[in-house]
Amino acid sequence: MSDALLEVKGLKIEATAYPPGEAPRDITIVEGVGFTVEKGKVLGLIGESGAGKSTIGLSSMAYGRGGVRITGGEVFVNGRDILKVGPSGLRALRGREVTYVAQSAAAAFNPAKKLMDQVIEATLHHGLMGKEEAEARAISLFAQLGLPKPETIGNRYPHQVSGGQLQRVMTAMALCPKPDLVVFDEPTTALDVTTQIEVLAAIKRAIVETGVAALYITHDLAVVAQIADHILVLQGGKMVEYGTTDHIINTPAQAYTQALVSVRSIDHQEKTGGAPVLSVKGITARYRGTKFDVLKDVTVDLPEAQTLAIVGESGSGKSTLARVITGLLPPSKGEITFNGRTLAPEFENRTRDDLREVQMIYQMADVAMNPRQTVGTIIGRPLEFYFGLRGDAKKKRIQELLDEIEMGEGYIDRYPAELSGGQKQRVCIARALAAKPKMIICDEVTSALDPLVADGILKLLLNLQKIENVAYLFITHDLATVRAIADSIAVMYQGRVVRYGSKTEVLAPPFDDYTDLLLSSVPEMELGWLERTIANRKMEAAGN
Amino acid sequence: MHPVVKLVAQRLALGMLLLLAASVLIFVGTQILPGDVAQSILGQSATPQSLANLRAELGLNEPAISRYFSWLFNALQGDLGKALSNGQDIATSMGSRLGNTLFLAISAAVVAVPLAILLGLIAVRYQGRWPDRVISTVTLATVSVPEFLLGYIAMFFLSVKFRVFPSLAAINDGMTFFEKLNSIALPVLVLVLVVLGHMMRMTRAAILNVMQSAYVETAELKGLRKFTIIARHALPNAIAPVVNVVMLNLAYLVVGVVVVEVVFVYPGMGQYLVDHVSKRDVPVVQACGLVFAAVYIGLNLVADVVSILANPRLRHPK
Repeated sequence: MSDALLEVKGLKIEATAYPPGEAPRDITIVEGVGFTVEKGKVLGLIGESGAGKSTIGLSSMAYGRGGVRITGGEVFVNGRDILKVGPSGLRALRGREVTYVAQSAAAAFNPAKKLMDQVIEATLHHGLMGKEEAEARAISLFAQLGLPKPETIGNRYPHQVSGGQLQRVMTAMALCPKPDLVVFDEPTTALDVTTQIEVLAAIKRAIVETGVAALYITHDLAVVAQIADHILVLQGGKMVEYGTTDHIINTPAQAYTQALVSVRSIDHQEKTGGAPVLSVKGITARYRGTKFDVLKDVTVDLPEAQTLAIVGESGSGKSTLARVITGLLPPSKGEITFNGRTLAPEFENRTRDDLREVQMIYQMADVAMNPRQTVGTIIGRPLEFYFGLRGDAKKKRIQELLDEIEMGEGYIDRYPAELSGGQKQRVCIARALAAKPKMIICDEVTSALDPLVADGILKLLLNLQKIENVAYLFITHDLATVRAIADSIAVMYQGRVVRYGSKTEVLAPPFDDYTDLLLSSVPEMELGWLERTIANRKMEAAGN
Repeated sequence: MHPVVKLVAQRLALGMLLLLAASVLIFVGTQILPGDVAQSILGQSATPQSLANLRAELGLNEPAISRYFSWLFNALQGDLGKALSNGQDIATSMGSRLGNTLFLAISAAVVAVPLAILLGLIAVRYQGRWPDRVISTVTLATVSVPEFLLGYIAMFFLSVKFRVFPSLAAINDGMTFFEKLNSIALPVLVLVLVVLGHMMRMTRAAILNVMQSAYVETAELKGLRKFTIIARHALPNAIAPVVNVVMLNLAYLVVGVVVVEVVFVYPGMGQYLVDHVSKRDVPVVQACGLVFAAVYIGLNLVADVVSILANPRLRHPK
């Protein structure tokens, strides 16, 4: 008890739900959760979306987001129950004893204020230091976190620094008042994989050097394995398993934890050869009114009924390539051949068959569907539009498609809001399939989904490829997904294809510098991976 | 060039163009009014010969285009012509009127703008609780009552019953600043009540919109007080919509106070305009129209520029 900094007992958290057309009702988000964080230790909270991990994290500051209420249990910070200290007691706790690092630092910083003013605000507000002392501490934290120009970066506004830097500034903001506990809420989830490893290393170093305790919330078990001493696995607001990191990663007892650890179990046999259904030749493109090319001389082929993965970080031009292929952005140079015929650069000039045979599935299934149409209407629309199906024939075909995406009878009259994230994405897949396409462009289709759900979607896509003989152009930043699904891979960097070939070729050494960086940055689910990778890079840098 | 300078220059140029267009509209509008200026000056006693002479003297025989340009160039040099009704120089007689109107408008603005923003902040702080409801209801009520009625109610209580302020807002150059303020207290009160609701509601709505942001949560998790969060973190990000509404209301204070000036017999632009419209004094009406248009466009220009300056992305490019 003496070393317990944060002690949570029998936590119960409720919220009020407002289902459309029904009376509001209370729902339980978290129930029966208890854990302890000792001084200087890191506890990882892990689970899928809806597991209540952020809600539990924020309960250590007695904060409920939206209409969320803590209705039961006790939360002790430094020995006192913070659920009983009242508003002024909470203000004294927040920003002094416990601080918070949000998932999206870009949204969590006030756009109208300089970074330094925000970083030292809590420290000054609680009267912990004078202004000069606080600024000096902030600058030393900036340096510790590896930010460029630590002396002057505080004079900048949030929009003037990159996402990865902002996330580190936010960490400095949390550490500035010398708190006892920092809540990290998915601090690296929104970052590119090569940026994530840098931020992760910076956070870990800062935790070790300042001796602060932390709650580290994430859905990525491989990430939390690098940073936590203990891990608490959550599912649907309840505890599944709680133990040391070594125990959870190497000898998980519960089936759910085992599934999380062994996710990405897809064994996909690579296909080779075959005539290309899509040929992209020498495409160069820029957005109207801009002065630089987003795509530079891109040439790739996609054979029939195979999958070409386009891999790259944000800004590498991979989504722009999809816009060029669909005709939304006419290229300034180059040519696209599809199924033996040359496609018009603008989609307006393409034939109806050209449009039908290339379909798209998007990252956000939510916004890709009309919320006021039922599943039946959404899937039925291309059937009417392309094939003139009506009445019973249409209904029969919709049901066939729903069967193909492994959703049963009951869904035809449902609205998108009544579906889970994975189900929504399945409906989008059915809508694309309804057009009987030769090729589907999948733009980050699994990025917004939890690992286990994403796994299901990938398996479905592979199955459908066998049945429907459809080719996939699979755009993603996630190399694990690529390993699972691709036949060939194109790695893009700053608008160029830097590496292109069959999956085994691309993923086998010798690597070019960028692909090497990309591959080695993907967190692996083993203890000490982060330290080893950083050490390797230092050695390589020293060797050069 | 700094993008802000470029944007502001663009807005300025656009404002000039708009003012030019307004001058055309004003000129055309006064031309198509029924009646003949020479006829209305000479009245019943006009002979055809004297009418022709006066027309030639006033330049009314020139084509409309050339009259427009000579009017415009004179106006640009500060010469607004002479009033037909009394032969006085318009610029001179309008000068003191405009000064009076601006004095009234600025006095009302100095009270109304900070008060509206403060009330907006308080309404957000106690959102959905009684201070919010009281503020919203009362300001809505004062906006809804016609301003002349507000004027007479204020007069009845404050000058007739309790004799706090004078009922007529007569001011002259011999009065001290505070005597003037005392004299215009009632019209200022009425104007404040008229514009308060609009500005307060916009402030409240704009800040509530910002209160949903993630950075407000960040501020809450720093342990800041609610009011500090609203004033320091939310308000700076709600400036643009608030400034636009504030400027619209300031423009109303200059351009739209005709009724209030008439109620309190205040020697301002509104009375001046109304007097000369009834006398068909076209040059005065044109001059007033031009000044009102300039004030309106100018204030909206200021709102645009402030909105641009309030955006840190434009002020501090990458």
